[in-house]
Amino acid sequence: MRTWFLCALLLMASLSAHAVEPRERLADPALEARARTISSELRCLVCQNESIDESGADLAHDIRMFVRERLTAGDTDAQAMQAIVSRYGAFVLLKPPVERATYVLWYAPPALVLLGLIGTVIWLRRRQVVPADAAPLSPEETRRLDGLLRENDG
Amino acid sequence: MITELGHFALILALFVAIIQSTVPLVGAARRHVGWMAVGRSCALVAFGLTALAMLALMHAYVTSDFTVINVIENSHTDKPLLYKITGVWGNHEGSMLLWVFMLSLCAAAVAVFSNNLPPALQARVLAVQGMIAVGFLLFILFTSNPFARTFPAPPNGQGLNPVLQDPGLAFHPPFLYLGYVGFSVAFAFAVAALIEGRVDAAWARWVRPWTLASWCALTIGIAMGSWWAYYTLGWGGWWFWDPVENASFMPWLVGTALIHSSIVVEKRDTLKSWTILLAIITFSLSLVGTFLVRSGVLTSVHAFATDPTRGTFILLLLVVAIGGSLTLYAIRAPALKGGGLFAPISREGALVLNNLLLSCGCATVFLGTLYPLFLDAMGGPKLSVGFPFFNRTFAPMMVPMVIAVGVGPMLAWKRGDLLGALQRLWVAYIATALVVLVAFYVTYGGPVLAVLGLGLAAWLFTAVLTEFAERIRLFRVPLSDSVRRAIHLPRSAYGMTFAHLGLAVSVAGFAASAYAQEAIEILKPGGTINIAGYVLTLENVTRIPGPNYMADDAAIRVTRGGELVTVMHPERRFFPLQQQTTSETSIRTNFLADLYVALGDSDTEGDWTVRVYWKPLVPWIWIGAVIMAFGGVVSLSDRRWRVGAAAGASRRRNAQPMPVAGE
Amino acid sequence: MRRLFYLLPLVVFMVLAGYFLVSLRPAHDVHELPSAMIEKPAPTFDLASLGDDKPLALDALKGHPFVINFFASWCVPCRVEHPLLMRLAQQDHLPLYGIAYKDKPADSARLLATFGDPYRQVGIDQDGRVGLNFGVYGVPETYVIDGTGIIRKRFVGPLTAETVEKELLPLLKQLGQS
Repeated sequence: MRTWFLCALLLMASLSAHAVEPRERLADPALEARARTISSELRCLVCQNESIDESGADLAHDIRMFVRERLTAGDTDAQAMQAIVSRYGAFVLLKPPVERATYVLWYAPPALVLLGLIGTVIWLRRRQVVPADAAPLSPEETRRLDGLLRENDG
Repeated sequence: MITELGHFALILALFVAIIQSTVPLVGAARRHVGWMAVGRSCALVAFGLTALAMLALMHAYVTSDFTVINVIENSHTDKPLLYKITGVWGNHEGSMLLWVFMLSLCAAAVAVFSNNLPPALQARVLAVQGMIAVGFLLFILFTSNPFARTFPAPPNGQGLNPVLQDPGLAFHPPFLYLGYVGFSVAFAFAVAALIEGRVDAAWARWVRPWTLASWCALTIGIAMGSWWAYYTLGWGGWWFWDPVENASFMPWLVGTALIHSSIVVEKRDTLKSWTILLAIITFSLSLVGTFLVRSGVLTSVHAFATDPTRGTFILLLLVVAIGGSLTLYAIRAPALKGGGLFAPISREGALVLNNLLLSCGCATVFLGTLYPLFLDAMGGPKLSVGFPFFNRTFAPMMVPMVIAVGVGPMLAWKRGDLLGALQRLWVAYIATALVVLVAFYVTYGGPVLAVLGLGLAAWLFTAVLTEFAERIRLFRVPLSDSVRRAIHLPRSAYGMTFAHLGLAVSVAGFAASAYAQEAIEILKPGGTINIAGYVLTLENVTRIPGPNYMADDAAIRVTRGGELVTVMHPERRFFPLQQQTTSETSIRTNFLADLYVALGDSDTEGDWTVRVYWKPLVPWIWIGAVIMAFGGVVSLSDRRWRVGAAAGASRRRNAQPMPVAGE
Repeated sequence: MRRLFYLLPLVVFMVLAGYFLVSLRPAHDVHELPSAMIEKPAPTFDLASLGDDKPLALDALKGHPFVINFFASWCVPCRVEHPLLMRLAQQDHLPLYGIAYKDKPADSARLLATFGDPYRQVGIDQDGRVGLNFGVYGVPETYVIDGTGIIRKRFVGPLTAETVEKELLPLLKQLGQS
């Protein structure tokens, strides 16, 4: 409930530095950009709710370096990512993979919107039953009614 | 002595709350006026008692009474006075006390300001609030007593986590808690209405100010937390989809839906059981948030000392409060009949869409936050659900929402003219197209989604202004007439306009954060960094002692085109007591963009790591939130909430204009 | 039917409460992560060893099940489990090998000289790369590896007498027999 940020994280990070450090950077800007993207999607295991790009933890630094080494050695982004996952498990991925265990996670939100829309439509239809004795309005009446309604709204 | 007084006050408050939660209820059932009136006096007395407890704990902190365990664990004689006071709620026990204090404040407010309620309704509302207070007072007294003593007293305390030694602590938790706990009033109204089996326009009208007030507080609370993170974190992030943040965001989403659906109840006498459900869920989410944060079942960067006993206790509270109210809902809600026709293309139709999207958005955040817990409980794999999930699921739901916010208020009640509304929004199309084109041109090759986000913001902003212009018939009647109309518009209408404008401003801030630039360099004194047309020169770093820390203060000269803009002073503060370093960033804003500087480590050769960020429109995120909350306050100040709202409002409903945002 | 609809929120909440209850079960630490390396070949290593000319190499250890303990002199919880490790090495003749994780060799040596050396051999992993290959995310961590070099079990945090009795020793025994 308490939303003051980062209490624990700074406790852990306090000994070392900040997030990504200049000395870690690769000379090739394109490669460096890829490394940044990858590390922003990997979760730091020590402080747990930060990406390793943001984390000052020592382990995050090691993994950042590792990613850069792999990229320099010619790995694709997916390969570098996989190298981390094979060591630390899918837990390190901030974006959970779409697989059997996560079908509910990924598909429930759109399904919910769809269900909600269908439910609303059904509910609306039930509410639109016009009493049988009400004669339909003539075009002239409709126009006047609209005018009155708009007047009311002003 | 004073500490014991606080402890006794809290115990006494528990007994008063027990009376408050029973006697008025019986009185309401038996139509006994005297018994019903007990609720009001109890609420006021309980407020006095919890305030006393709060003051007693503050006294222990201010006087550094190290016989109190809570003070030992969270304070120190060298701590500045401000943090001695705010440190009271910088820990689990103290923050629970703040929670209960806010709860009794709300109940007292109901007792004082809701005298125009039918006595039975007021009695029941106060009784329900009393029940919540009983639960949480028991929780504090049995599992989290802030007044526990120890002897002999240690010579000094362990101090407060340096991260919390920030002015943000003075404002962020109180606002946040006021928001959370404020929704207990709407919850109590909902439960009372279920007991009575009646929900009508008058009910909606009575709840509305309470919901609005809590919503404003929560908006401010969340925005302040986000801003606090932004300026302390050292790299300028402002939202992390952390479970604890989500725990505050979910009640906000449903609370927003509640504000809108209660308008429909008031205007159209329908959506009743839905509105009741939203009121229950909003506060339930506050309670669930409390559970998540204090039981340790989720991993969060926000640490609270957790303890399974506390978790079990709160879970029990949840089952009683939420389970109880939802049971009541299952029994009584089917009898709540809504009236009348309901056309999809109408103001109420738009509000239903708003409710649908906000609820689905909240459900998505909920699912993402708790999914790791669900999987783990079933023995599944350990997973992380981070920002990429929320960006891919939550954000797309909010896009149609923001678009609809522009159109909805243009539709008439009962039967709207969508085509007409869309035609009358031509200015908004032009503005959106212009903004998208300009943004695309200026940031060519940059993130495309951000361009669309800016377009969205432009759309909403101009659509809201168009709606306002229509309302005052701007350019259709002489200007003086328009001004007269503007003056006579109800405050609630202004409230809506401001709140929606605020949303547009925030959306622009969210979108533009994609254009942030960063430069992280190792500098020797005299070294420079170039970013976004600015040149930053590290002049020197000096060591300055603080009250309970040692600061390395960097002087960084900022120039633009050779002219001095400012000298910035980011700091690193070392707290010897905790052996911890915090970063005090320096931010220079011109309200269009922030220049953000954080000082990193130094190495043995006297080089400093300096992080500089240029963040366009980022301040708009919080400015927008403030405008939103301001809109809420303006709406709250609507004269008609107070005057003539007494019993019979429902009878006069058709004769009197309704104080509804977007009338 | 319509009434059931109004029951839905309650049902959803009760299910949720059930999940919460399960999550509160004792001896369940949300921070503890399962290893992704279980039942996989241990990453190969060949480390300079502390006070010894012979390197600590995975290939040389294969043949019999063994235990690898990642430790460091700067790690406080490691001190907690140290007496237990000493006992295991002396009484149970545990085939225990140490890897000094991100530690200066001199500091590790001083630690072992002061508190005793439970390890048959200690490898120096100063840059933490072997630790990273194992998926170490904090010290101490203890791995049980079978004779063919497959990781069978990981213990996160300090070992306790209970986990040793109930899990570590039985597992080793079982691996030794098969």
